[in-house]
This record gives sequence, C-alpha cells and structure tokens, in this order.
Amino acid sequence: MLQVRDLTVEYATRRASVKAVDDVTLDVAKGEFVGVVGESGCGKSTLLFAIAQLLSDPAAITGGSVVFRGQNLVAMTAKQLNALRWRDYSVVMQSAMNALNPVTSIGAQFKDAMEAHAKYSNAVIHQRSVEVMQLVGIDPVHLDSYPHQLSGGMRQRAMIAMALLFTPDLVIMDEPTSALDVVAQRSLMVQIKELQRKLGFAIIFVTHDMSLVSHFSDQLLVMYAGQVVEAGPTRTVFDSPTHPYSRGLLDAFPSIRGPRVKLTGIPGAPPDLGQYIEGCRFAPRCTDAKELCHTTSPGLYRIGAAESRCLQYSPDHSDAWRVASKEAS
Amino acid sequence: MSAPSPVAPRPPVDDAAPPLIEARGLTKHFKVGGFFSRRTLHAVDGANFFIRPREIVALVGESGSGKSTIARLLARVYKPTGGDIIYRGRRLSGMRGRSQNLTYHGDVPMVFQDPFSSLNPAYRVSHGITRGLKLHRPELDAAGARKEAERVVEAVGLTPASEVLGRYPHELSGGQRQRIGFAQALAYRPKLILADEPVSMLDVSIRIGLLNVMAKLRAEENVSFLYITHDIASARYVSDRLMVMYAGHIVESGQTEDVLSNPKHPYTQLLLSAVPDPRAPLLVDATSDKGEPPRVINPTEGCRFRWRCPYAIDVCTTVTPELRLLGDRHTAACHVAEPDDVLAGVEYT
Repeated sequence: MLQVRDLTVEYATRRASVKAVDDVTLDVAKGEFVGVVGESGCGKSTLLFAIAQLLSDPAAITGGSVVFRGQNLVAMTAKQLNALRWRDYSVVMQSAMNALNPVTSIGAQFKDAMEAHAKYSNAVIHQRSVEVMQLVGIDPVHLDSYPHQLSGGMRQRAMIAMALLFTPDLVIMDEPTSALDVVAQRSLMVQIKELQRKLGFAIIFVTHDMSLVSHFSDQLLVMYAGQVVEAGPTRTVFDSPTHPYSRGLLDAFPSIRGPRVKLTGIPGAPPDLGQYIEGCRFAPRCTDAKELCHTTSPGLYRIGAAESRCLQYSPDHSDAWRVASKEAS
Repeated sequence: MSAPSPVAPRPPVDDAAPPLIEARGLTKHFKVGGFFSRRTLHAVDGANFFIRPREIVALVGESGSGKSTIARLLARVYKPTGGDIIYRGRRLSGMRGRSQNLTYHGDVPMVFQDPFSSLNPAYRVSHGITRGLKLHRPELDAAGARKEAERVVEAVGLTPASEVLGRYPHELSGGQRQRIGFAQALAYRPKLILADEPVSMLDVSIRIGLLNVMAKLRAEENVSFLYITHDIASARYVSDRLMVMYAGHIVESGQTEDVLSNPKHPYTQLLLSAVPDPRAPLLVDATSDKGEPPRVINPTEGCRFRWRCPYAIDVCTTVTPELRLLGDRHTAACHVAEPDDVLAGVEYT
C-alpha cells in the first residue's frame, strides 16, 4: 500500500547540506504495523515527516519516491495532497499538548478537520466525533473540553481519535506514548493495536524505545545516522539481531527480570551528519569494527528474513570476519 | 556489544550505620487556584524514609506522584508544610545562618533532569565547576581549584580533563553534559547527590554509561544517591533500596530485589506488569487500567489507589493505610497485602 523507495531528505545549512534521511526504502502492507526505532538525531522523525509530506524549509526531499496507493506523493501539488491528508492518511504527533489547539475545544478541532474535506451537517460531525471518542475510550462529554482539562493520556487518545475521523488507511505515529507513564503507555499501546485490528489501518510507529514495540509491530526498522541499518520481522530482529548497533541497543536496556548483569551501553555518541563519514557510520562506536569498516560503506545485505547494513554480511568482505573468528577459536 | 553476564555487584552497605539523612512525616502542600481558593494539592504526605551513607536509594513513581517534590524538599528548594528532615542528626528546620546553609547545600547537591538547560551556554565547562569550588571550598587556591576540577571531570569519565574543561556546553553531547552535571555536584565533596531523572532526557544507548558513573561514584567517592526515576529497570540496575510513590504517599519500600521479585502493593504490581520487556511475553491482564493518576486536591481519608485497585475492600475507603512491615526490611502501605511467611506469628513494632 505504501512504498517508500530510496527516499533522501536533506537539510540545507550554511556549511553544507545534511542528509538526515539517506536512501531509505520501506514497504507497508495493508493493516501492517511497522516500527521505526533509533536514537534522537537518527532521522526517524524526519522520515515520517517526509512520508507525510510535511517537511518545511530548510528540509527537502532530494531523491526517491513515496508511493501511496499507486500515487507518488512527492510529485503531488499541495492541493492534491490536501485531499488525501487526514482522509487517507493521518499523523499523530509526539506531544499532544503542543499538537492540539489550546484555545478551542476538542470538538471544535474535530469539526475543523472534517470540514476541511467536505461539507457535513453539524449532526453528522457530532455523531462521528462521538463515535471516535468512544472508540478510544474517552467519554464524549470531553468534546466540549479544552486540551488543558484532559490528562496527558486522554490528550494523546484524543489525538488518536482525531486521526481516525475518516478511518484512514494509514496512521503515522511519532512517539505518541513518550510523554506517558509506563502504565498509561502500555494501556495506549494495547488500545492502538486493538483499534488496528478492528479498523484495519496500517501504522508506521516511530519510537526511541525499542522494547516498546517488541510485542506490537510486525516489521521493524532500526535507523542509525539517517540510514536503515537493520530491517526485518520484529521477532527476528529481537531474537537474533544482526547489526552490532541493534545488538547494542537491545543490550542497553536493563531488565527488571532475570539476573542483574553489568551493561556497558554503546560507547561514544551518534555522528554529526553535517560531516562526511567515510565507511560504515557506526564503525567509530562499533566494538567489532575491522579496518575496512572505516573505508568501505556497507550496503544492505540480506540474511534470512532480515536485512543488515554491516560489512560482515557482504559477500565480498565477510572473509575478514571469518578469519577473525577462526583465529579467535 | 557489552559482554553479558558478570553480575554487577552491589557493594555492601553498612546496615547498622546511622542514617545520613532522614525524613519524618515529611509533608508538602501547595495552594492551587485563585487567591481565595481553599484547595490544596497534597504533593507529599507524611513521608518517612532514610538514606544511609554509601547507599543508592531509588524513588520511582509516575509523573505527579510527588517524587520531584521530595528531592526539592531535601534540596531545601521548598520549605516543608509539615514534618522534619534530619541531616546527620540535626534538624534542617533548625539550621540558621549562611555558613550552615552553605555547608548543607555543598553536602547535598542536586543533578537536574535536563542537561541542555542546566549548564550556562555562555561559559566554559570550567566556569560552573570552579565557581562552585570558590563558594563551597574557599580554602583551595586557583591552582588547587583547577586540579580539583580536572579530578572530578575525570572521575565522571571525561578525558582529557583539561580539554573538556575548556569547552562550551554546545560542544558536548547530551551524555557528556549530564556527566558535567555530576562533576559539578562532585566538586563540593558531597555526601548525598539528589539525582532527579538524570538520564530520562538521554538516548537509550548512553543512559547505561551514566548509571555506571553513579555506581562508580558511590564505590569510589563514597557518595549516597537519591535516584529519582520513572524507569524501574534502571532503578533496579543501580539501586540498593527502592521506594515506590503513588499520589504523594510512599506506598512500598524495601531492598530493590525484594520489592521487584515480591511486590506487595497492588500499585507496584501494576507498575511492574506494565514495563515493556522484549524478553518476556506480553502481559495483558490489567489492561483495562487507563493509567490515570489522581490529582490529590483536598483528599479525604482512605487509600489513594483504591479506585484503580483490584483488591480494594471497605476499609480502604475509610482508613489511609500506613507502611507496615511485611517482609525482611520490606514495607508496604496496603490493608490487603499479606506478610511473608517468615513473619507469621512474629510481632513487629
């Protein structure tokens, strides 16, 4: 349903252009839940904005295509996009506190969104608003409430209700739970999944918390420094992560169960994308890096059901690791 | 990446040592609403706890539960509405004069949540550290202060120290800035560092590094920590003891492993079941809970968790539960929770 091909987004800065999203390819099938994880600054939010065509200066798509139900969104005019937006795909932003208008009631904002697409009678709008509020489990009396009168969890639910006004095919979510407490977070995740099963929309879900999507997403994309470093079915990525970065990310979470082990996290910090990086972008932080990692850029290599951007899986270069592991044993 | 399995040891804490700091019936109410409003928000109600020397105590709870208020009460940012804080045997309320206050602030500094706004962007890193040294350790001359600044910067894992001290905050990553936050606190030769969500703004891959710094400072510099967090997994990783807060009350407290393996309070149980864990199957039992914390304005008697509690009984609506001893050094404020078997028939006071 959604095909993102070689999508590249650059931010024009005074010094140089910064490639925040570099050659990302991604497919979303009908009703699928795709998780995108990575640290701050890895380009995951920029990717979402690029898919939704919400980028504003100085960011711009400089390559690739976003094909949504057969139409290339990148080539569309603003008017054509307006017809699709919210009706066919909607976006749930990270902070509902900032995404909702503080000076109008929730109901008025729902009305705005609906009237942007067609003329509806007040009765129809009200009926639909009540329906979506009930869907997300908020008492419809809150249609008359202002955002500040709702708790964080309810605001986030109201945002999701708003995103479902037209029952779109695709809902794009940018860390919708990051401002919530764990209990509220789990409850919201379960509810999102439940709604998805009921209504059949697809979800692209961006988060920095890898463990959060582990039980919910079908496909998982791990991003680092603007690139996809690992992609595959969620369970595969969790059970046998192939890229050293995904492995490091998984090991960076202390567990509340099982033995207490000393963790080290990933040394160093993500690179500055404004500077050209030769070779693998993760190499400076990688404990398994070989000499050629600093000079050769890896591609995405297929291993089993997943893909990994690490030279040890490259058919041309894997010898270096094989020799090393032989020496070790 | 990290080689798993060597179990991170918890250095022994002297159980018999007198507490470094103790809170007795610590209470903080805020007036809310207009000038004539009689509504008060009960941020912290009757908190009793203590922290021993060289101990890391974690305080966990959801936002609005009052955990940051406790840190600010201990840091003397707020004046308590009721109750007392006793530091090394002396009441804080009885402290008078600039020098006593200064000593206390040097002994109990705070590390803030946001490393991006807690460092002054106009000054080099060395400025914040040497300024604190001038105030809290005036006996050091310029060369001595410089040496001490280099020592604390190295202690938090930033090298080369002299180069780091010459940088501006914008030249540092988030993790490095937060390490500077700890270095500033460390420069005062503190006894207890109040760390209010020190890693929640940082990326997942570097959080562990900061937690390891805390563990290291405790082991090498003999500092105690009050580690405030909403992330139970990280609390387990560094802390010796754990306190759980809900709606202004401390509802459970005990040795970290005891609390996590055998949670007594229904809220702790709910909290633990909600932590996402990719290594464990998804628990979907208590999903009807929307996770809405109560606003504690003019509360009446009774347990504040009762509306969400699956085990609530009549007495929960009329009597506010006190912390009861239910296991080895393990207390919970719940009418329903059962004590461990080992305690059966034993009278505790």
